[in-house]
Amino acid sequence: MIDSQTPCRDLEVLSCRPGSDPTLIDLVLAAPGWTCKPGQFVMIRPAHWGVELVWPRPFSVCDVSDKGLRIIFQTVGRGTRKLAELEPGQKVTVWGPLGRWFRIDEARPNLILAGGVGIAPFVMLARRERTDNLSMLFGHRLDLEHYPYAEIAARIKSEAMQQKTPADIAQFETVLSERIKALAGVGQVLACGPEPMLKVVRKYCLMHGTDGQVSLENRMGCGVGACLGCVCKTMAGDYVQSCVHGPVFDVRDIELGV
Amino acid sequence: MDQKVQLGPLTLKNPVITASGTFGYGLEFMRYGDLSAIGAICLKGISLAPRAGNPMPRIAETPCGMLNAIGLQNVGVEKFLKEKLPYIPAGATLIANLYAQTPEDFGELAGIFSTEDKIAALEVNISCPNVREGGVQFGQDPHMAAAVVGAVKKRSGSKPVIVKLSPNVTDVRVIAKAAVDAGADMLSLINTLSGMSVDIRTRRSRLANVVGGLSGPAIKPVALRMVHQVAQAVNVPIIGMGGITSAEDVLEFILVGAHAVQIGTYNFMRPDNAFRLVEEVRVLAESLGITSWDDYRGTLQV
Repeated sequence: MIDSQTPCRDLEVLSCRPGSDPTLIDLVLAAPGWTCKPGQFVMIRPAHWGVELVWPRPFSVCDVSDKGLRIIFQTVGRGTRKLAELEPGQKVTVWGPLGRWFRIDEARPNLILAGGVGIAPFVMLARRERTDNLSMLFGHRLDLEHYPYAEIAARIKSEAMQQKTPADIAQFETVLSERIKALAGVGQVLACGPEPMLKVVRKYCLMHGTDGQVSLENRMGCGVGACLGCVCKTMAGDYVQSCVHGPVFDVRDIELGV
Repeated sequence: MDQKVQLGPLTLKNPVITASGTFGYGLEFMRYGDLSAIGAICLKGISLAPRAGNPMPRIAETPCGMLNAIGLQNVGVEKFLKEKLPYIPAGATLIANLYAQTPEDFGELAGIFSTEDKIAALEVNISCPNVREGGVQFGQDPHMAAAVVGAVKKRSGSKPVIVKLSPNVTDVRVIAKAAVDAGADMLSLINTLSGMSVDIRTRRSRLANVVGGLSGPAIKPVALRMVHQVAQAVNVPIIGMGGITSAEDVLEFILVGAHAVQIGTYNFMRPDNAFRLVEEVRVLAESLGITSWDDYRGTLQV
């Protein structure tokens, strides 16, 4: 028989609703009975999915407590669109918490760089006791109220920049560069967002010699290190699974291309 | 019902084996179940030297399946023996999966594993579609397949040798017979079907390797047909695989002549699936009044 301690659980959907923007989904599952660190993720696959979509889907934990496991995601493909149809009472198979998390440097300032739905893991980070050494810069396309920005801004010093045109994106990159430079030798950045943004963050961290961690969002087949589908290239030239060696990596340890 | 199955010289507790490349070195799944409860674990393919594997992206989801082009990334035999094998619990039945680019290197690998007490059998991969040399080119030519099997058998000592066949051939029975004639103790089939997935907007393949191997429920009918054909053509035990996601699927393969089965993509769908399947197969077999696998195997009415 299956050990009752197995970290694979079928959790009930408590709520699954689009935010004020229909592509952003706020999913709350029953409390999983564990807690985790910001940046860790779970694999989820609804128990009633047949075999049409074979993979589970990886999501950063947005928050977890005895009230439930919260995940926010954007509908971008077949899997996320199907997940958005979940209804209260349905069961979702969850395994986790998985992967390595964001390491806070307690002695120095930590600047969060969040892009779009990549803001998710910082919701639980903002709940930590000490927040005076945290601040956040948030880049977003949809209007601000669609994201859980206010929850974070209520706890830590935050600012947001909306990108509607290519000029806005260039401006965001300029600000990223300045902020990363300002932290060289005196602080670190923690980044989660779309890959082009992570590449920019990594580029300026290396250019200015600023410590930084980035959370990758590679396609994953299993989440446990077996399929070797989610690998990223290390500076040593090896491929390592981002599900077990990441998803949060030190910018100096991995290649991201340009 | 006793779930035990006898595959020539190899005895398994039950017919459920995890397929190579889908269950890591077993270690990755220890928190999801008892490794010794599974019939056997086919380890991730191992080569003499470490292999970095193919560039990203390496996997793509397709209807009822997935494509992969991992390229046999592995730590190499030396590191495997030092850093992986000692940590796999002793109760687990392990099958080493061998990959090399020449018959000589296959033989050398077999020689190394022949003295490892924890390894119950060797599976020879002559069917990987995702590597440039070796792999499927051995599996598509009966003479080359025989050369590899012969080289492995010369050095494998008392370890039973399983030859893993490719479906990417005109007649799988020709390769099956060549492998058996060269000394294969059993056959496993099918490896993945060569396939593609492309994006019309970016005009790129979804895999950096351009082509990959298709697995999952989409390929099950092809796999069943091939296992059925090979079971008619050879007299060695067959391990069937391709798209199994339920106890019913397992019995289908046994019905057409398989002694045991391997579970691949299903391990990704939920990491404790193999453990659950062992139990579900037992329950289903008993509910159907099956008293031994020997009585049920290959009883398809045609």
